Amino acid sequence: MKATRFLLAAALGAALALPAATGLGQTVQINGAGATFPYPIYSKWFSEYNKMHPDVEINYQSIGSGGGIRQLSNQTVFFGATDGPMTSEQQFAAPGAILHLPTVLGAVVPIYNIPGVDTQLKFSGKVLAEIIMGKITKWNDARIAALNPGAKLPATDITVAHRSDGSGTTYILVDFLSKVSPDFKSTVGVATSVNWPVGVGGKGNEGVAGLVKQTPGSIGYVELIYARQNKIDYGAVQNMNGEFVSATLDSVTAAAAAATKAMPKDFRVSITNAPGAGVYPISSFTWLLFYESPSDKKRSRIMMDFMKWALTDGQKFAAELGYAPLPQDIAVLAMAALKRISI
Amino acid sequence: MKTPSSRRSADDRGFRLGTGFFALLVVLLVTGIFWELFRNSHLSIAKFGFRFWTGKVWDPVSGEFGALPFIWGTLYSSLLAMLISTPIALGIAIFLSELSPKVLRTPLAFLTELLAAIPSIVYGLWGVFVLVPIVRQLQVHTPEWMRKIPLFAGPPLGVGMLSAALILSVMVIPFTSSVAREVLRAVPYTQREAAYALGATRWEAIQAALRFGRTGILGAVILGFGRAVGETMAVTMVIGNNPQVTASLFKPQHTMAAVIANEFTEAADDLYLSALIEIGLVLFIITLVINALSRLLIWSVTREVKVKTSRPVGTMAFKAPKAAA
Repeated sequence: MKATRFLLAAALGAALALPAATGLGQTVQINGAGATFPYPIYSKWFSEYNKMHPDVEINYQSIGSGGGIRQLSNQTVFFGATDGPMTSEQQFAAPGAILHLPTVLGAVVPIYNIPGVDTQLKFSGKVLAEIIMGKITKWNDARIAALNPGAKLPATDITVAHRSDGSGTTYILVDFLSKVSPDFKSTVGVATSVNWPVGVGGKGNEGVAGLVKQTPGSIGYVELIYARQNKIDYGAVQNMNGEFVSATLDSVTAAAAAATKAMPKDFRVSITNAPGAGVYPISSFTWLLFYESPSDKKRSRIMMDFMKWALTDGQKFAAELGYAPLPQDIAVLAMAALKRISI
Repeated sequence: MKTPSSRRSADDRGFRLGTGFFALLVVLLVTGIFWELFRNSHLSIAKFGFRFWTGKVWDPVSGEFGALPFIWGTLYSSLLAMLISTPIALGIAIFLSELSPKVLRTPLAFLTELLAAIPSIVYGLWGVFVLVPIVRQLQVHTPEWMRKIPLFAGPPLGVGMLSAALILSVMVIPFTSSVAREVLRAVPYTQREAAYALGATRWEAIQAALRFGRTGILGAVILGFGRAVGETMAVTMVIGNNPQVTASLFKPQHTMAAVIANEFTEAADDLYLSALIEIGLVLFIITLVINALSRLLIWSVTREVKVKTSRPVGTMAFKAPKAAA
């Protein structure tokens, strides 16, 4: 009696399970890896996309831009993600042509801790470069005072806090400083890790923010999102037009909009120190990376569908997570570029 | 039909082969790690050669890599940690094994061992929020004349070599003290009784016990050193991560394990990655050398004991003439 009931239950279970297994097909898993900076929005996107398409599961490991590029080149992941565009050598080393698609925008802000100063400080790119190179060593230096006539700047030493780990955040900052200061370009240069002339290193945004918070007289830099989420005050930076602009989602999006006209076909463009009014100068795209002629057409079709969604409806998730959405024109350009992926 | 004895010898052989295989696995693992590190760092080895060990510049932008500041930072922080932790750890071990009232012994031993169970990231957080501000106050209140001494030069940042050495010593204490305590407990009680019989004070009896167990205690200290050399997370959070070779306790510095953990994820170009792996190779070699040196040290100490104590104990008496011949 018991046995027959068990058999019946088992048969019923199998009958119920079968259509689910055959009808909907198996779940398609797509793996990607790369930058940590856009991880919050990517994971939001992938989970939202999964709600709309329960048979698609996109996994993303935030292992860093360098790791993402490496894994994509070794074809151990289907797509990559990076905060700094791939160099020509890196593209050459990859087994196929790689398409950069901009997804959202980020920015880097200078944060500081100066006892007695409660107004927002203004920095020009040159002065910021000289502070970070250790050439301006006191807060009451004439060059800083000239930009901040109202502020009561003390005669304390400046301590520079920077990232100790390789990071897209560092890349964006040094890219900007190298554009405005030839001296910075020749002594430090542009990369995700650089040889800092002075200062202390903290691991991650939280490491740098912690150092700045604890050390009177210090200056550091963090991602805009991090500063906003943790309510850290940050300085305004002078843009190409000579305006001192505080980083906001709008001023970051404006930086991208300014780059629309000169957008190269492969989207590998730096928008730091972009021209235009109201532009925040330390802004950057972050990119997803795809092979233009992938062998796995099925997964490519899914990812293209995902990108179409991310570049349109998906953009509305950006602001609430602290990222600046793409300007409309760039999103349209990126949509058009999707056609370059042959499927 | 097997006889019981033949079955036993077959079992024995199987057992011997099995355990021998596991022992061989360790050898394979160590050589495998060495080989992989060597193979993956060939770019950097080919480009820099021995200059890698002595170079002071670490510049990923221009592709110039030298490991000296990291080697220096690792050895300096570990040595300082040894200097601070060894007396404390030995004090704990002696108190627990010789002097402590029975009621206190178990809870105290438990608490010291608990220190070893705390994850290093937690030590790091504690370092950032508690230790570093205290060290900064210390530095702020360091008198001007003291700051002229190179050992105390540098701005009052809080993060730096001193914080790293302090946090490392706290992390190392449980290792050194629990091994030293076990060693002291293993010293035959007759040793102490003999000392008392000769009219020794308690302190002298403990000295005798320490002398008896010194190889083990030395081993305990070296175990702690090994732990300090490889420590990554807690150190990187408080050391300031600035590669420079300086004797100053106040200046930020960097270690080998920390630079690998920090820069590995974003190391995109081949030479950079290769240089980071070579740092791993250097760390591996240095650990091997430290271990070999400690073996040598322990061996020389035991040999000294054997020569001094001329009592013919067990097998030693039979072996001694062979070794002489």
